[in-house]
Amino acid sequence: MSPQLDIDRIIDDRRTRIIVCCGSGGVGKTTTAAAIGLRAAERGRQVCVLTVDPARRLAQSMGLTSLDNTPRLVDGIDEAADGSLHAMMLDMKRTFDEIVEAHADPARAAQILANPFYQSLSSSFAGTQEYMAMEKLGQLRRSDEWDLIVVDTPPSRSALDFLDAPERLGRFLDGRLIKVLTAPVKAGRPFGRVLNAGLSVMTGAMTKLLGGQVLRDAQTFITAFDTMFGGFRERADATYRLLQAPGTSFLVIATPEPDALREASYFVERLAEERMPLAGLILNRVHPAGGGPGEAGGSPLSAARALAAAETLEAAGQHESAADPDADATAALTAAALRLHAERMSLAMRERRVAGSFKSVHPAVPVIEVPALPEDVHDLEGLRRIGGAFA
Amino acid sequence: MTARDTDWDGVRLHVVTGKGGTGKTTVAAALALALAHAGRKVLLIEAEGRQGIARLFDRPPLPYAERKIAIGPGEAHDGRGAGGDVYALAIDPEGALLDYLQMFYGMRSAGVALTRLGMVDFATTIAPGLADVLVTGKATEATRRRQPGSASGFSYDAVVLDAPPTGRVSRFLNVSAEVSGLAKVGPVRAHADSVANVIKSPQTAVHFVCTLEEMPVQETLDGIAEIRSVPGMQVGGIVINMARPAVLTRQELKSQPDQAAMAAALGAAGLHDTESLAADLAAEISEHARHIELEDRERTELEGAGPPIYELPLVVEGIDLAALHRLAAELREQGAA
Repeated sequence: MSPQLDIDRIIDDRRTRIIVCCGSGGVGKTTTAAAIGLRAAERGRQVCVLTVDPARRLAQSMGLTSLDNTPRLVDGIDEAADGSLHAMMLDMKRTFDEIVEAHADPARAAQILANPFYQSLSSSFAGTQEYMAMEKLGQLRRSDEWDLIVVDTPPSRSALDFLDAPERLGRFLDGRLIKVLTAPVKAGRPFGRVLNAGLSVMTGAMTKLLGGQVLRDAQTFITAFDTMFGGFRERADATYRLLQAPGTSFLVIATPEPDALREASYFVERLAEERMPLAGLILNRVHPAGGGPGEAGGSPLSAARALAAAETLEAAGQHESAADPDADATAALTAAALRLHAERMSLAMRERRVAGSFKSVHPAVPVIEVPALPEDVHDLEGLRRIGGAFA
Repeated sequence: MTARDTDWDGVRLHVVTGKGGTGKTTVAAALALALAHAGRKVLLIEAEGRQGIARLFDRPPLPYAERKIAIGPGEAHDGRGAGGDVYALAIDPEGALLDYLQMFYGMRSAGVALTRLGMVDFATTIAPGLADVLVTGKATEATRRRQPGSASGFSYDAVVLDAPPTGRVSRFLNVSAEVSGLAKVGPVRAHADSVANVIKSPQTAVHFVCTLEEMPVQETLDGIAEIRSVPGMQVGGIVINMARPAVLTRQELKSQPDQAAMAAALGAAGLHDTESLAADLAAEISEHARHIELEDRERTELEGAGPPIYELPLVVEGIDLAALHRLAAELREQGAA
């Protein structure tokens, strides 16, 4: 039996300063992050929710019309406990531009911002979004304006991307290839004789693929960037350490589906390796076993028994002639209701099995299950309802 | 050629997209199986190395090579009996780049050096569209590949591409626009143009997988509008996945069930605790009714979009090969393949 994940204890603990919500795509990360943020704010924390999701869902559910790289105050929360809620959506290019502007003199900054290589790096390199999310998180944390920051990680195909991408970007910008490519420019002799035969084949291939201009843009950019502020990798490392610091809690989000839980499993193992503090697993969209909302307790009717009863009713209906049409209709309806119940039970059992295998592999990980809601969240009330499921 | 008409007879490249969590890979695999009937040969391509296809077919991870992975359904009534073959290929940008260098320049060893040096990251960074061009390029190459002696003249009768999610698919497919900022002329440009010639032709259709929930439906509608805005690109069908079976009629769902009568019926069926059971069942019916009402609303939204709609049931036990065949049969019956 896995321990129960106590979200309220985490958000009520003033030492918790950062909550990172991670998980694969389509599991409800953004909504969960917003619900946690709202609940924490209504329990007295000064909260900022940082979302990286381009679908602007958070904006909608919080009634904000624009989320633009600046934390915006969310109206309509219950302020009885003196809490507040801000929300912002990461604009990765804007964040990257700000780093450049903050670290370079205006002329050089303008030169970098106009560089075509920089433009594609800052808007489309796989990993830039994750890197900038960490950068922004670091900025928010250092500003000390909030006592709790809830981060929703980028919608990457793998939950691990959030941890790997910044390192990847750092490695890329500090890497051997870059050094090789920029060395000739620094020395003033393009593709000089220091390059061995293999490398000249390589640059030949790159020029074939991309054309000479693209390569020259890259060289110019790297040179300008390099002198501007040391290693990108060190910067990434610093933010990474923030995630290992006490006061950071990771919440892994999943649905009771094999793919989502496999990702969650990878992530849990990875956090342990990195000695990052895992608070637990939030299992979203669980279809509860048992009767409807008004279940009177006791163990629910199993799928097999429900189906057997449905068959009995249907068989009886076929034998008896239509002496009593009302009774027939009731029998048919009851049989259908039993089949519906059987389907619910099968689904619940399957989910329980899938979740059970996660729990047996990670018995120490606290878990909380959030029931499936019939409707999507549109407003604060919807977020509050989800937050209520954490209690 | 085919034993009967399907909705997509002229289509040879089926691109399957969908929001995360809607079962895009499952539907792509079922579609490939459905297309692989009567001796036809189908290639199923995974564009984003997650090895989801290998897992679905219960195979070890797929290499960057076209391997036979399943046999399509046989059909006794068309006189041939034999099913077709499904081949599978997992593409990653790195493999595709090596392939490209080999195919066009005979430069495989240089390519390996590039990979070691992080060249693929580099090249795809400087040229954001490059990875997409390489992946779509592989898919279109397989689509166009000729094989003298085969019935159709092509290596594959159809290619099914398990593409990136809906939010990214139009950028992924619109390759010539993507690389235009990069290379005005040159080999990549020419390659992109030839890829675009296939993608923006009636040979290619983009199918959308979706569930009957608000966000997936909204993303589907946005995705359809995006594909339609690119001249030459063709929207295929909408596949509603994981649909719940209609156990109760709309009429039954509306009626307020008589709990006492239900309890009596439950008793007649040999169950105990009939009163509280009847109350539970009545509550389940009304919850289900609310759910169906929401689903109907979403279905109406999708119907307004125009493309043909196919509906695949939720497989409660989880997807295995048998379930894939059932889904494939559904797609065949509904005319998708």
